[in-house]
Amino acid sequence: MRSFINKKVQTIKPSGIRKFFDIASEMEDVISLGVGEPDFDTPWHIRDEGIYALQKGQTFYTSNAGLMELRKAITETLSAKYQLNYSPENEVLVTVGGSEAIDLALRATLDPGDEVIFTEPSYVSYLPCIQLADGVPVAVPLKEENEFRLTAEELRAAITPKSKVLILSFPNNPTGAIMSKEDLEAIAEIVLEHDLMVITDEIYADLTYYDEAKHFSIAALPGMLERTVYINGFSKAYAMTGWRLGYCCGPEEIMREMIKIHQFAIMAAPTTSQYAGITALRNGDSDVEAMRESYNQRRRFLMHELDRIGLPCFEPFGAFYVFPNISEFGLSSEEFAMQLIHRQKVAVVPGTAFGESGEGFVRISYAYSIQELKVAFQRLELFVEELRARKPV
Amino acid sequence: MKEVVRMHHSEDILKLLETDSRLTSKEVAILLNLDEKLVAETIKHLEDEKIIAGYHTIINWEKTDDEYVSAMIEVRVSPQRGQGFDRIAEKIYQFPEVKAMHLISGGYDYLVELKKAPMRQIANFVSSRLSVIEEVQSTATHVVLKRYKDHNTIFVKDDEDKRMVVSP
Repeated sequence: MRSFINKKVQTIKPSGIRKFFDIASEMEDVISLGVGEPDFDTPWHIRDEGIYALQKGQTFYTSNAGLMELRKAITETLSAKYQLNYSPENEVLVTVGGSEAIDLALRATLDPGDEVIFTEPSYVSYLPCIQLADGVPVAVPLKEENEFRLTAEELRAAITPKSKVLILSFPNNPTGAIMSKEDLEAIAEIVLEHDLMVITDEIYADLTYYDEAKHFSIAALPGMLERTVYINGFSKAYAMTGWRLGYCCGPEEIMREMIKIHQFAIMAAPTTSQYAGITALRNGDSDVEAMRESYNQRRRFLMHELDRIGLPCFEPFGAFYVFPNISEFGLSSEEFAMQLIHRQKVAVVPGTAFGESGEGFVRISYAYSIQELKVAFQRLELFVEELRARKPV
Repeated sequence: MKEVVRMHHSEDILKLLETDSRLTSKEVAILLNLDEKLVAETIKHLEDEKIIAGYHTIINWEKTDDEYVSAMIEVRVSPQRGQGFDRIAEKIYQFPEVKAMHLISGGYDYLVELKKAPMRQIANFVSSRLSVIEEVQSTATHVVLKRYKDHNTIFVKDDEDKRMVVSP
């Protein structure tokens, strides 16, 4: 029999996280610090609204772009929080998680050979989605000394005449890095100069911990709204990962094409989730604030623990990850993570799962209770001490 | 960027200790980004002022062999001249049998929670101690059948982590 597999798909590498998932799920008493989703249940009033929608028989398709009431709640929220003004009629699309929006934005804009600049380490979807959309991925490795922010020089160096799209994702998974308004202004200037489009994945927008500067979106800078696809969703801030609900906003010309693909591939986001999403946006602020405060306490705890056991780590102010530097041990990220899980039964994700520039780092999630983090760090400390004792001085 | 150590904030400390009273001053300082010495002093002050009135343990007695019951009693009283609610309340909460007591608005005046005890003792307390107080007009005793949640702690919840062990 001949091979039925598409050649492009065949060349795409499976996610580097898979291997750790397989090992960790077969071991007993593993403490995982490898999870990329909140540990909180979805707040009860939001779950209740989903249940109520089912009881009322809201079991039909919605319009392709999503319920108008939800789209209105989205545009009102974005306007109030981030000074982003979109029309709910034709500039918003409700998607199956933020991930769908990433895929749609790339498919709707790329022609074969168009270059897409994205920062690394990065969320695992960007690279394969660019490849599947026939784009040419151009990874910009970010540096620890810049606190994993994209600098103007780094962006300039990556631009060629074929550059079309820049993907930004701050607050960042896996590094926890954030970019301030000033940082983004320098980037926007170059974007305008080279007539690029921006896809900004701000799924962690509500989870920032730097009191001196609230989250700011690049789309809010002058001249950027009309060349930016803004992506956000409910998974992280409202602890709604399993509901599969996200959204994107952008200029009508782009959204129209994205809705076209969404219409044929997906039809509409799940109806129950959309009703729950309305309540989340309208009445969920205090829930987000309570979870944010919890994450912030854990973040401080981990920074203290990392310092105590002597693992260097820049202080991240977003998402729920820390990204310590483990290069002193002379092990690759993957070896480090592999030995850690086998010796101390603690699962972390090697930095290289997020691109080659993640080498020398591991991602530790703090979507866990302080009690769990305490135990995990006792084990991590033993592991680190053991490695140091083995190392020839 | 570095986080600047914040000035003291008693309310944050109280909220945190309310969820876990075993946290040390040092741990509280780390979690809230406060100065450790300041936290210790603030906690001492809160204890002195009886704002922190005690450190207790939440026990799910239903998981033990204990067979005692606890009861909630609605109490109606008729306050006399010069004898406000507080004075009458004192006559009730001074009994060691009383675990908690609140003055509340609505159809009755106090909600009194009794310590777990054999059923007979509870009946005794109501009939021979509570009802005989002069200002007490009526009582309605409710026996607790099951405790679902107390002090923000859900007793019937399973704590299993339902997430996949590793995810992007």
